[in-house]
Amino acid sequence: MSSRTPLELADARPGPAFTVTLDGREIEALPGQTVAAALWAAGVTSWRTTRGEGRPRGVFCGIGVCFDCLVTVNGRPNQRACLLPLNPGDAIRTQEGTGHDG
Amino acid sequence: MAEGTRLAVIGAGPAGLAAALAAAARGVHVTVIDSGAEAGGQFYRQPAEGLGARRPQALHHQWRTWERLRDGLGAHIASGRVVHLTEHHVWFVETDLNGFTVHALLGPEQEEPAEVHADAVLLATGGYEKVLPFPGWTLPGVVTAGGAQAMLKGGLVLPGRTAVVAGTGPLLLPVATGLAAAGAEVAALVESADPKAFVRQGGTFAAYPAKIAEGAQYAAELLRHRVKTLVHHTVVEAHGGDRLSAVTIAALDADGRVRPGTERRIPCDTLAVGHGMLPHTDLAEALGCRIDGLGVHVDDEQRTDVPGVWAAGETTGIGGAALSLAEGHIAGRSIAARLSGAEPDPRGWAAAARTRTKLRKFFAAVDGAYAPPAHWTELITDDTVVCRCEEVTGGAIREAVGELGAGDVRTVKLLTRAGMGWCQGRVCGPAVAGLAGCELTPSRRPFARPVPLGVLARAGESEEP
Repeated sequence: MSSRTPLELADARPGPAFTVTLDGREIEALPGQTVAAALWAAGVTSWRTTRGEGRPRGVFCGIGVCFDCLVTVNGRPNQRACLLPLNPGDAIRTQEGTGHDG
Repeated sequence: MAEGTRLAVIGAGPAGLAAALAAAARGVHVTVIDSGAEAGGQFYRQPAEGLGARRPQALHHQWRTWERLRDGLGAHIASGRVVHLTEHHVWFVETDLNGFTVHALLGPEQEEPAEVHADAVLLATGGYEKVLPFPGWTLPGVVTAGGAQAMLKGGLVLPGRTAVVAGTGPLLLPVATGLAAAGAEVAALVESADPKAFVRQGGTFAAYPAKIAEGAQYAAELLRHRVKTLVHHTVVEAHGGDRLSAVTIAALDADGRVRPGTERRIPCDTLAVGHGMLPHTDLAEALGCRIDGLGVHVDDEQRTDVPGVWAAGETTGIGGAALSLAEGHIAGRSIAARLSGAEPDPRGWAAAARTRTKLRKFFAAVDGAYAPPAHWTELITDDTVVCRCEEVTGGAIREAVGELGAGDVRTVKLLTRAGMGWCQGRVCGPAVAGLAGCELTPSRRPFARPVPLGVLARAGESEEP
């Protein structure tokens, strides 16, 4: 298969990448990317565990309808990762349960 | 407030933009209110500006139509006839003596309110994807087909390296070809519809050479990317621990049941799955508009049965971007005439009306041909999570139906909490209805999205000066 990437396909020339953290670990994000897009680009597809069974979840609908991608950003829990754009220095935390327990 | 009549268009996809352009060109002051950072809706979802995409059209179809809409919108904004409010998430439309007040929440955090006043409203709220459950569908790496496409178009990202695209419906074709073009290995396109159904609809399909050409183009792209297409097959199970590692697919028999012995496992880290689309009708329902089946009922002018409220596009029934454009155009012209007190002349939109008639007929045939496996509920084990938000299993729902006597979605919800979580049953509604053995009907929701209590408490305080 081709080694093409979505950025190449769209001939994207993004502004300079910046650093955010996921549970303290540094990852790179591109300007305009949502939390979910930056995490996918970093190879992460799960950033929440459910309230009942503690099961991992990430993006499902990708358009803000399903609320499966909820995440804690800069201390605020229950943010939809598929809608929220990142800013330099943002701290993303894996959200456990309701996000209000820790 | 500017002089003249005021139209609030809710949604900046094909239907909303077509209506805004048609109305603005005829002297109406239009406010387009949309949740996206850029116009386009889902069909023309644009890469985030900061990504600097020079060739976004590589991810799109009918780009010239988009350029026409985008440039038209830009010209009307420049001349002051159209205001485009981005990142406004509309949660309610209120009727009052002076017309309508559209209530929205601002930005991705959706905590700050905004209000828009208007004499007429066009609902162009689009649709969202239906996904029927199967074991493993909650694993990270399993996404809706439209969700995978939205993340690709908007964020220029892929969920993984090796994808299976599965389910049913025309959306699977652009999703499979889009993922492949963007560098994913698409291991299989798994369509559950029976090719015999297309043969039965052959006469209807043959009347649309443009659509046949579109289909042929997808077929060529699938071949070029060496995507194996399996029809009359379904995903039986998604496997993995903390994320998806494989899916099991199987052939279907003539009755729509899995044919024993045909199961085969495909390693993959992404499953993009969808079973068609559902109209967003929350705002229409809260306004008291009549709903026909699952879509908003409209007359030949795209008027709902609530005076001053028009609807166009997927919210009136799923039919694709070209139908949305035709409906939006008709709505915009009707609104412009009605707001000036004139009776509109349908001859002015005869071409759009012909397109509308043809495409509605075409999509009725599409709907008849594409179908989930007839016995899809049998794939849902008692352990399968059906309501993703509240983690209600298939077993709990079957118990509510079989032992406790629930015969409708609402009673299942009261007994099990299915549909009571964040998404308010938008995702699990079709599955719960299927398991309860009843038809899916629109749920009445007072608000179209969650609203902070503080916003409700302050509602009505900030009137326009």
